[in-house]
Amino acid sequence: MSVMRTISFDGVIVGGGGAGMRAALQLAQSGYKTAVISKVFPTRSHTVSAQGGITCAIASDDPQDDWRWHMYDTVKGSDYIGDQEAIEYMCSVGPEAIFELEHMGLPFSRTEEGRIYQRPFGGQSKNYGEGGQAARTCAAADRTGHALLHTLYQNNIKNETVFFNEWFAVDLVKNQDGAVVGVVAICIETGETVYVKSKATVFATGGAGRIYASTTNAHINTGDGMGMALRAGVPAQDMEMWQFHPTGIYGAGTLVTEGCRGEGGYLVNKDGERFMERYAPNAKDLAGRDVVARSMVLEILEGRGCGPNGDHVKLKLDHLGEDVLESRLPGICELSRTFAHVDPVKEPIPVVPTCHYMMGGIPTNVHGQALTVDAAGNDSVIPGLYACGEVACVSVHGANRLGGNSLLDLVVFGRASGLFIEKALRDGIELREAGQTDLEAASARLNALNEREQGEPVAPMRQELQEIMQNHFGVFRTGEFMREGIAKLATLRGRVENVVLADRSSAFNTSRIECLELQNLFETAEATAIVAEARDESRGAHAREDFTERDDENWLCHSLYHGDTKQVSKRSVNFTPRTVDTFQPKARTY
Amino acid sequence: MLQVSLYRYNPESDDAPHMEEFSVDTGGKDLMVLDVLELIKADYDGSVTYRRSCREGVCGSDGLNINGKNGLACITPLSETVKGGKLVIRPLPGLPVIRDLVVDMSLFYAQYEKVQPYLQNASPAPAIERLQSPEERAQLDGLYECILCACCSTSCPSFWWNPDRFIGPAGLLQAYRFLADSRDTATEGRLAKLDDPFSVFRCHGIQNCVNVCPKGLNPTKAIGHIRTMLLNRAT
Repeated sequence: MSVMRTISFDGVIVGGGGAGMRAALQLAQSGYKTAVISKVFPTRSHTVSAQGGITCAIASDDPQDDWRWHMYDTVKGSDYIGDQEAIEYMCSVGPEAIFELEHMGLPFSRTEEGRIYQRPFGGQSKNYGEGGQAARTCAAADRTGHALLHTLYQNNIKNETVFFNEWFAVDLVKNQDGAVVGVVAICIETGETVYVKSKATVFATGGAGRIYASTTNAHINTGDGMGMALRAGVPAQDMEMWQFHPTGIYGAGTLVTEGCRGEGGYLVNKDGERFMERYAPNAKDLAGRDVVARSMVLEILEGRGCGPNGDHVKLKLDHLGEDVLESRLPGICELSRTFAHVDPVKEPIPVVPTCHYMMGGIPTNVHGQALTVDAAGNDSVIPGLYACGEVACVSVHGANRLGGNSLLDLVVFGRASGLFIEKALRDGIELREAGQTDLEAASARLNALNEREQGEPVAPMRQELQEIMQNHFGVFRTGEFMREGIAKLATLRGRVENVVLADRSSAFNTSRIECLELQNLFETAEATAIVAEARDESRGAHAREDFTERDDENWLCHSLYHGDTKQVSKRSVNFTPRTVDTFQPKARTY
Repeated sequence: MLQVSLYRYNPESDDAPHMEEFSVDTGGKDLMVLDVLELIKADYDGSVTYRRSCREGVCGSDGLNINGKNGLACITPLSETVKGGKLVIRPLPGLPVIRDLVVDMSLFYAQYEKVQPYLQNASPAPAIERLQSPEERAQLDGLYECILCACCSTSCPSFWWNPDRFIGPAGLLQAYRFLADSRDTATEGRLAKLDDPFSVFRCHGIQNCVNVCPKGLNPTKAIGHIRTMLLNRAT
């Protein structure tokens, strides 16, 4: 094999979304040689689609607001398998991270006092659930993700971060000690394959919603980080926990923010009934997303769905008036008119629960260091590898993420990863150089694809995968049906591994990228399937029809999936925050 | 069947670009133009090359020239653009083509970077956010929403002629976004950098940018504000 060109950096971030660019900004500001590899130009990353806001106790709406209340909500929302030390860190550091974004120029909406506007979101409370609904989600109209992503890109320009835009990371490079020392990546424009060497490799590759046929996620959300991690022997945590967002536009899958309900919108069934009053008498339409999504599916299953097929419900907003809709939810009005052919000023929007967010991911500590477990079951750090944002499972979302917490997660832990790596670089990082065999191992998948003559094309297999996941691993799950799905995946694996690339050209070959993405989707999907079948209880987003109760005795823990053996093990949840008392598990009602 | 005419160019095998015809079965549905491209790539010819990401009009990846007008493929329904059963898709005009519908946007991004598109404030940051009234914040509406799709700049004759010296509508919209921000204190420096015959004044008010912006923004108006600021500065 010919010798690959090598380029070297102190820190390399894979992924140019919110988490990656926040980590990159931190490192670049410290003066270390920092590069971002992104398969799309950074502002095309999926963070751009986040709408409603970023939840944080900045005490603008309520001067008495307290990050501990936010912590309580987040722990409860996670159905008690969120790590309390990580949640404590996120909620307490959050305000500082938000103010930094504002100082960078993020155009937040404002209150009459000139402070950042905050709106109510689901699962939010004051005074540890005792003080009623809180309004804690900081918003830039309903384009918060766009505003955040552009602000971060702009500040990376200012700090001269090196961007490798439209470069695709293929696989991790590990040295003979098992440490991660960079990635093999393709420059999409030229097709050149390069070894990007780094003392610290940060995965900020985002989610993988494209494992499902119906998703709010962008085409690019293909689980590239999960695929690379699992192939490199890094375990995956809580992969059964997928969030189905209550309000994806029926038919199109595009997201309608929870902020619609925060601003006073509500869901109705075919009889025009505000049905959430029955399922969540207190929080109603602002209960946890898992609760609302299940209630919607039950309404549909019990024959109260809307439309000729009775297969969706409706989100009513017209009572809020045109002024509120156009000032607070302008993007939603636009999306609804385009994709649902409905003007929300006049008519309700048809919506259905839609795959939205991967709560699971690469297990990390609060510094972003990727973790595995040793033979004795103790956490051990994987040298050289970090993860933050949706691909990471730190875990602040546990079994169910609260709306507005994903943007906070990616900012806080992108920042924390950058801070930690900066210190580690200053202390000195010595990793053994990768040898030729290490680089060959990291290039093997790409080389095999480039050389393979026989096999099936990418598109039909991708569709088949998405349909298996949609049908067998949806909002409600049963053991028998999941086992059927796992069997289907098992036969699909060999075919996906042997995907054939008809177009062998070098320049901007998106077919080659799609083949590599399909293999990443598959790794993510299989992990999801196997762990979902193993967790025989219902918790958060994981709802089993054959095990309808939460089982704290056996499952008040993380699941860990090991790609090499396809085995599932358990990992303890952290119940020891540093400055507050533990929030003890209790029945979760809204 | 929908007749689709696609601009094709593969630098490794084609001497020159050409149009290729596809007869696409849309199932009678009013698809988005991006859906048609996805259908072609999946079912007809996997080598067809274009950019796409969010598929909901917020990431700005799939700016294309669709039946003669720049727009985003993912939010352009066939019913809006197809007349006489024909869909013609070309890359955004005026930028070098890398392959098929993918253009080299380096010049476009360089003009964006030239306006220093980040907040500059000389005073130390407070412990909380910098205060800004709702009225001051409203000055940014219609400016901050830009998605950098390049539909505007690549429809602008002034940008075609001087892509290296005229900032173009997208870059100037961003320039004004920071000039208009009550939190930014670098007004004088920003204006000084724009004060030459090309950066701003090559805009001739043709307003193609306004006509094509998929987000309904008005770069011409922003450019007008910058002109006024520059002229006031000169007097």
